[in-house]
Amino acid sequence: MTQAPAITLRGSHVIDERALFDNITLTLPAAEWTCLLGPSGVGKSTILRLILGLDTAGTFTGSIEASDGAPLKDRISYMAQSDLLMPWLTVLENTVIGARLRDEEPDMDRAQALLARVGLSEHQTKKPAALSGGMRQRAALARTLMEDRPIVLLDEPFSALDAGTRADMQELAAEVLWGKTVMLVTHDPGEAARMAHQIVLLTPSEAKQWPVPPTPPIRAVDASEALSAQSELLAHMRGFRA
Amino acid sequence: MRWLYGGAAMLLGLVLWQGLVWVTGVPKFILPSPLQVAEASFNSRALIAEHAIVTITEVVIGLLIGAILGGLTAIQLASSQTLQRLLLPILVFTQAVPVFALAPILTLWFGYGMTSKIVMAVLIIYFPVTSAFHDGLRSTDKGMVDLARTMGATDRQIMRRIRIPSALPSLATGLRLAAVYAPIGAVIGEWVGSSKGLGYLMLLASGRVKIDLMFASLITLAIITVTLHIAVGALADRLARYSEGRAA
Repeated sequence: MTQAPAITLRGSHVIDERALFDNITLTLPAAEWTCLLGPSGVGKSTILRLILGLDTAGTFTGSIEASDGAPLKDRISYMAQSDLLMPWLTVLENTVIGARLRDEEPDMDRAQALLARVGLSEHQTKKPAALSGGMRQRAALARTLMEDRPIVLLDEPFSALDAGTRADMQELAAEVLWGKTVMLVTHDPGEAARMAHQIVLLTPSEAKQWPVPPTPPIRAVDASEALSAQSELLAHMRGFRA
Repeated sequence: MRWLYGGAAMLLGLVLWQGLVWVTGVPKFILPSPLQVAEASFNSRALIAEHAIVTITEVVIGLLIGAILGGLTAIQLASSQTLQRLLLPILVFTQAVPVFALAPILTLWFGYGMTSKIVMAVLIIYFPVTSAFHDGLRSTDKGMVDLARTMGATDRQIMRRIRIPSALPSLATGLRLAAVYAPIGAVIGEWVGSSKGLGYLMLLASGRVKIDLMFASLITLAIITVTLHIAVGALADRLARYSEGRAA
């Protein structure tokens, strides 16, 4: 894997002549976690899709650049709220789906090692339907790691999990995605307070930086600085609705 | 248990049939009893088998060609927006023409042999297979397609590795319909112009007032259709189970 670059998005996005966000600047620092929060419909997922190079409903005017000047194409992997595992493939086959899709020969040894790392060695021959929600997200994480890309974009990947499993998955993701430039789109102030090097609150007019706890991530679920940041964030976000 | 209920239903049907014949005293050239039909089936077994083989061949070949053509058309339609916009209305329009009305034309074009019946069966199942599979290909989980794009897959690779496998349950639905429609196509073709097949044998028996033989042919045809339905249903179940990741 190459060194993870920083990414900067500058610009505006218009849907049906209405600006979703206007002239914002969002920087994802290299090899750090940025948690992107904001009210529903403000454009968090649109930003994620723009960086991924996927279609959006509107028109984007601006630039998305990596700090090393190289194109972003083929340097980003993606994990969504839904695990997006192919039901007809086993966990191991799902882990190597990227190579299979590109008609390349997958490195099965590496896939097995990654499955061991996320604790799924014993389940590699099972189909997704036979796994719990947490196990399925771990398989999706192994698939993300298998792509071995320096930038990882996460769209609420843990939001559908129960509280305990979510905390476990946050710790696992922080460990295995270390050294990559990560953007986590989330609605959960607690998750942002735990995971982030940088917290960004998105509004239609700006991508505003929010103070992060002074300790490095990942913070313990009961760490006072994380809990305090969580409650301040929550109070601020409730203000969005006022 | 399913077989037990199936057997019981069949027995009940036979009892009702026999009861109707006894109660109404209807003559055998209008409605023969089950026993008379069984007797005719046994006595004419060689004749029925000879014609049944022709019908089975037409149906199976028609089913195979129709399913392959329908499947390929669905993939092409789902691969190209332009093709979809151009061809789909034509396909829907052709469905407004009753396929049965085409039988005399097909006989004229392809003759009295098997070909016209196979073409008839192909035509009758082509649209249900195309339509069902195309619907499935269009409704692939968008998240899966997005994921594949971020992994650098081309449209063709996405079609092969994701859209086709995830649309197999829809193809299975189309195939189940096709298994029931294909014999209808073949028999109508045989009625319009043929010298072989169960449809022809039914017409022949009717003309000679051998109603017991006509019923024997009809029941043979029903058995063929049910067997085909069960066989294709089993294949369709496998396809659907594979796609949904359930144990085969």
